[in-house]
Amino acid sequence: MAGTEERLRDLLVRGLAGEAAAYHAFLAELSAHLRAFVRKRLVRTPDDVEDIVQESLLAVHNQRHTYDADQPLTAWVHAIARYKLVDHLRRGGAARLASEPLDEATELFHATDDAAAEARRDIGKLLEALPDRQRLPIVHVKLEGRSVVETSRLTGLSESAVKIGVHRGLKALAAKLREGR
Amino acid sequence: MKTDELVTMLATGAAAVPPRAAATRYALAMGWGAFAATLLMALTLGVRPDIAEAALRPMFWAKVGYAGALTAGSLVAAIRLSRPGAALAAAPSLLAAAVLAMWALAAITLGRAPREQWEPLLLGDTWRTCPFLIAMLSAPVFAAVLWAMQGLAPTRLRLAGGAAGLLAGTTGALVYSLHCPELAAPFLGVWYLIGMLIPAAVGALLGPRLLRW
Repeated sequence: MAGTEERLRDLLVRGLAGEAAAYHAFLAELSAHLRAFVRKRLVRTPDDVEDIVQESLLAVHNQRHTYDADQPLTAWVHAIARYKLVDHLRRGGAARLASEPLDEATELFHATDDAAAEARRDIGKLLEALPDRQRLPIVHVKLEGRSVVETSRLTGLSESAVKIGVHRGLKALAAKLREGR
Repeated sequence: MKTDELVTMLATGAAAVPPRAAATRYALAMGWGAFAATLLMALTLGVRPDIAEAALRPMFWAKVGYAGALTAGSLVAAIRLSRPGAALAAAPSLLAAAVLAMWALAAITLGRAPREQWEPLLLGDTWRTCPFLIAMLSAPVFAAVLWAMQGLAPTRLRLAGGAAGLLAGTTGALVYSLHCPELAAPFLGVWYLIGMLIPAAVGALLGPRLLRW
């Protein structure tokens, strides 16, 4: 859907330039599209849908530096969501992988699904298991909304250590989500 | 954590992201990798002593052009495979064109030579070592390009690993061509290609394990 593609791309591009509100709107709308996309493909195990949605959102965020503004957003998001879905299905065995319908990139933005279910794995709990140098920056910057400078003062970490802690911590969360299945 | 809470968490304090991440990472990886490969070649094998003389012969430049075009093609392929959903575009055709051009040149060379010349044209003096030396010289770029890919997001891991290996092999061949005494097209069309395909095969084998995210 051309309108959706354009609007979401605009939000993401502004988000990548540092506009947090646009980025929030992008992720919020994207999560509804991802949910519809994943639900259609996890017909046999609907309980896993929200986990994959969250994992894909985290992946989109962690890999957002690989988006190139001249590239169709649908193709980029679809490749990420499909990668996470295939990775998930592989763990269930090859038969599982063959039984679910995976392709058709173009229809990603056609459907939305706002009915968020509970994820089975709690990212909040996984966060608690991270080492302090990653956990504290994420808690202060990403959950409490404090600035990097303030977080640096609170934790005694340098400002660059705070930024690195957030970055590596979110990557570590993604790895824990993948292993924790 | 609910999904909308996750969205809020991810968006909170999300700073601007430097653009052109893939290009930057690849520039670093290729710069250091090619430098290390050249150093390795100079220290262990040495530049061929008659390089100034060889540089006057068209076949020397055909050899450099062959390895150079394959390096360019595999660089484009590797960069594209490092980003989700990026099409391979012209990269495979560029690679195929370089190999076919060298094979065409080899066919012409063999066609003009008498039968008893075929064996020396195909095997040269160094066919036993050439592929392995190219594979050896590919090691620095191999490590550097895997590092570059690990910081990006390949989604077709086997293909991406293969492209990383091919890029390492083609760069290795380019560096090796400064040492290598062979100039016959049939030799280059066979043994150089095998040398470049060794790291490509290793990359395709290791890709799914090393590039997961």
